[in-house]
Amino acid sequence: MSPRKKDMAIPAGRTMPSEERLTPPRWGEGRTAPPNGEFSVIGKRNRKIEGLAKVTGQAVYADDIRLPRMLHAKLLRSIHAHARIRAIDAAAALALPGVHAVITGKDLPAYYGIIPWTQDEQALCEEKARYAGDAIAAVAADSELIAEEALKLIRVDYEVLPAVMTIDEALAHPENKVNEKAKEGNISKHVHLEFGDVDGGLARGDVVVEGDYWYEGSTHTPIEPHCCVADYDPSGFLTVWSSTQVAHYLHRDLARVLGLPSQRIRVIQPVVGGAFGGKSEPFSLEFCAAKLSMVTGRPVKLLYTREEVFYAHRGRHPMRMHYRTAASRDGRLTAVDAKIQIDGGAYSSFGLVTTYYSGQLLTAPYEMPAYRFDSTRVFTNKPCCGPKRGHGSVQPRFAFECQLDKLAEAVGLDPLELRRRNLMGADCRTVNGMRVTSNGFPQCLDAVERASGWQEKFRRLPYGRGVGIAGSMYISGTNYCIYPNEMPQAGVQLKLDRSGRATVFCGASDIGQGSDSLLAYIVCEELGLTLRDVRVVAADTDLTPVDLGSYSSRETYMVGNACLDAARKLRHEIAETLSHRWGCRRDEVVLANGLACSTRDPKQEFVSAQEAFQLTEARIGTLGSVGWYQSPKLGGDYRGGTIGASPAYSFTAHVVEVECDPEIGFVEVKKVWIAHDCGRALSPVAVEGQMEGSAYMGLAEALLEAQLFKPAAPHHGPGLHDGPSLLDYRIPTSLDVPEFISIIIESVDPEGPYGAKEAGEGPLHPSIPALANAIYDALGIRCDALPFSPPAVLRLLRGTDARTRWEKARSQTAVEVRRPC
Amino acid sequence: MLTLPRFEWVQPRSLEVLLDQLAAHPRESLVVAGGTDAVPNLKHRLHEPRYVVHIGQVEELRFVRDEGDGLHLGPLVTLTRLTREPAVRRDFPALARAASLVAGPQLRNMGTLGGNLCLDTRCTYYNQTYFWRQALGFCLKKDGVHCHVVPQGKRCVAAHSSDTAPVLIALGAEVEIASRSGRRTVTVEDFFVTDGIHNNVLEPGEIVTRIFIPARSRGMRSGYQKLRPRGAIDFPMLSVAFAARMRDGLCEDARLVVSALAARPRTVGGLEALLKGKPLDEPAIEALAQSAYRQCKPIINVAYDDDYRHEMVPVFVRRTVREALGLPPRAPAAAGAPA
Repeated sequence: MSPRKKDMAIPAGRTMPSEERLTPPRWGEGRTAPPNGEFSVIGKRNRKIEGLAKVTGQAVYADDIRLPRMLHAKLLRSIHAHARIRAIDAAAALALPGVHAVITGKDLPAYYGIIPWTQDEQALCEEKARYAGDAIAAVAADSELIAEEALKLIRVDYEVLPAVMTIDEALAHPENKVNEKAKEGNISKHVHLEFGDVDGGLARGDVVVEGDYWYEGSTHTPIEPHCCVADYDPSGFLTVWSSTQVAHYLHRDLARVLGLPSQRIRVIQPVVGGAFGGKSEPFSLEFCAAKLSMVTGRPVKLLYTREEVFYAHRGRHPMRMHYRTAASRDGRLTAVDAKIQIDGGAYSSFGLVTTYYSGQLLTAPYEMPAYRFDSTRVFTNKPCCGPKRGHGSVQPRFAFECQLDKLAEAVGLDPLELRRRNLMGADCRTVNGMRVTSNGFPQCLDAVERASGWQEKFRRLPYGRGVGIAGSMYISGTNYCIYPNEMPQAGVQLKLDRSGRATVFCGASDIGQGSDSLLAYIVCEELGLTLRDVRVVAADTDLTPVDLGSYSSRETYMVGNACLDAARKLRHEIAETLSHRWGCRRDEVVLANGLACSTRDPKQEFVSAQEAFQLTEARIGTLGSVGWYQSPKLGGDYRGGTIGASPAYSFTAHVVEVECDPEIGFVEVKKVWIAHDCGRALSPVAVEGQMEGSAYMGLAEALLEAQLFKPAAPHHGPGLHDGPSLLDYRIPTSLDVPEFISIIIESVDPEGPYGAKEAGEGPLHPSIPALANAIYDALGIRCDALPFSPPAVLRLLRGTDARTRWEKARSQTAVEVRRPC
Repeated sequence: MLTLPRFEWVQPRSLEVLLDQLAAHPRESLVVAGGTDAVPNLKHRLHEPRYVVHIGQVEELRFVRDEGDGLHLGPLVTLTRLTREPAVRRDFPALARAASLVAGPQLRNMGTLGGNLCLDTRCTYYNQTYFWRQALGFCLKKDGVHCHVVPQGKRCVAAHSSDTAPVLIALGAEVEIASRSGRRTVTVEDFFVTDGIHNNVLEPGEIVTRIFIPARSRGMRSGYQKLRPRGAIDFPMLSVAFAARMRDGLCEDARLVVSALAARPRTVGGLEALLKGKPLDEPAIEALAQSAYRQCKPIINVAYDDDYRHEMVPVFVRRTVREALGLPPRAPAAAGAPA
């Protein structure tokens, strides 16, 4: 259980926060049970509360905000991948009519970064630019067009430096240092952890499968580009509206970088048009809009173009992975050994966590007696990578689930059966010390096997068609806040009004996944209200208690628990009031559908919710409550052992069916069966949406998307994005999307709100390896490098004796594969 | 968001006024119909005209006339209308199909036949923002002197990307061009030239006023196939159009056009020797495919590498010819075998 080598999770002299943890309230009826014996809102196919505003165009996004006297800002970006900034001359730009201010790195010198230990970014580069597109200066003008024209008048004196474009170049040329904050060469982070006897396990295994994998980088492509409006008023109070998914962290960093006291800053998150991890840290635009507002005394808007979204990036890290997977003859894993190299781009972002996640999140749902990973993240002169849906673990999961497919073939087992033989079960610990509570993975496997007709299809479809399977697990929030502190991770305030209305105040960030609706559903369930009678006020640092934001799939679990407690406290007060009135027991009071009644005599003993609120207010005073969530102490007892620790894990299995055109290398996904254990589906429609959206995104990364950069050529330097537009960077259209069959598995987690776990990121993981495995079943080629583009598939078909391998796999199945009974 | 440059908006309501405008400012006017190509290009500063001349109100340019001598199409006919027009679907199904494969429904509702024919050539180094092109170093098609596709090249190799043009060439269509000083007619084949900077014969002040498909092309067997990564939106990475007049099972006349590889659609040569008076059987199809493969030399001007696009030429020729003949995409013998 203890790591063999010391790693460097936390710099010397720092410790993780106190292990003293707040204990959440215990409810006699438990956290998972419905308040009235059966659910009336939870688990029903309710609408999202903001859905109508969105489809009618009335929802207000950041770019919809127009303030009087508002200016528009634009960023000047580096045309070189790596260059020292000798001088900037903005005189001509400032002289242009309509231009109000130009700021450069000297105006915002403070370093920031989402992880407190790796703050290595400036809002505007002061000394040098580290990728083509890095921000250097900002202009505020009367219109976007004038701001853009002003950018062309700013003269930057660059000294072009050698650029580092790949993992190999970064390692081979430590002298070409991309990021000065790196302690050693171009190493962003190195983690080496070993659990159990890996070398012994490799030696003991009857079969060792060894493979190299490449996961290409990709970006999030939310439909809404980043946008920010900042307003610094004459009293010295700053209000920032931003399309962020982490209002709280933005609040903190704005105070740091701008040198303002945080109590004089208000951050508001308007409706956000998608994020997927791409808005989970502060960006240049927020600092620049705020600073320009402070300089000009006018509100300033800064909206990124689509091209700039590609430069802001923070997308999926390219990873080069080498795996050795050993198993006994009967298919039981004996050891897993991974060596992973990660291309981080120019800055750290969440890279410390990414590096850990690349290893830490692989240890379920399969029992691993011994496991080692050695992960290195490097800096390169490219836009910075970060967290994209399934942060850090999608790439290793792809490699590992392909390894399992190869292992199954090597030992002559159906890959589904191989997975069954290695199941870890519920209420146990992983090899790296993570606590697993509820685990519905076996049911996920059963469900996709049955629904897809696996037994009739695997190794039985004609040439060109095939099926593949893969599984995965993911976290429901992380055990610790990003900055060390002892406060709760999520807070909710609930106010009941004499009118019969409830208002929920919460810092949670709804980025389309439905956290606002979730808050409403929970309050309705507990207080017996209808959805129209609940209002949600979210992600406004002036009005709402802190929630850490929408990342790590934490909102349902953590905010849901906080909300459950806040609502339940008031529910108990209301029940107490009515039990006095009717002379019944508290548990005989039911709140449902806008009414309160007793179970003894519901025809006589009933009042409206409004009356119930008023009676309670008369008894105990103004009605309000708070709820909060803090996870229990979790994780392995070693440095870094808390990274990857989560109060609950979700599980997913996919079967993908493909039809390939071997003449042109096209792979068409016909159908995907997704079974996901989300504990309990508080909103089945939302869960299914997340399952489909995840699978869609995974398949897109596998087949189409790639965040690539131009290498140097005779007439240009290296490092420019290959095509920063939605025409060149292709995401699937509606015509490119297969049929999805979503099957919800409910394992009812003992600590989740009503038993719920995450659903937003986990279901992405298996789609890529399941597709790769399906292509092998269809064509006899192993797609070990993303993306599986037509030229790549055709090369594989030409380069190997694919047809023979395909036929061999068939005949082996016929003779040797032992199928489960 | 990306801004439009500053320009004057001109909206003539008759051909007369339109031609006056173009004659008065031949080099400073950009003609816009649906705007689906011109607007993004304006935002990328690929065009920086003094006047943007919107011709959508010139009703004389919006017509479909199915007459004895052939089909006359106005340049303002939208791509959506082209896919639905009974005369097109009946006599020239490959043209309806090509129009249906352009971009997506909203863009086909706006985009016109004339616009598609006059579509600016495309290149991965050209269809980018001003910032991007500046960062890379401007190319010779706009603002620069170098070619990034062919580093020693002095000539622009941006790709012809119209879906309808290859079919129109295969069908032997003609295009009528007008200016203040008169009208002229050229074949669609001769409409295009091998210069990526400006790949057609339109002189400043000229505009396309009519597209004409002659009656003799009615009843030709025709097909169109397009290589693109997605089921919508994408411009072709390779396109193949084929039309043949068959009589008693023998080929009288045929044309094969391969495009999206270079500035000008390539009409594959030598078809008369290969096909005339012969049946379009498997060996004939294969000979066509190989002939096209030899005559086409893709370069890396759009997505996918040149080798892949070259390899796809014979595959797409086979599929297009088979489509024209009403056969399934692959010959039974070839099914299942990697090409």
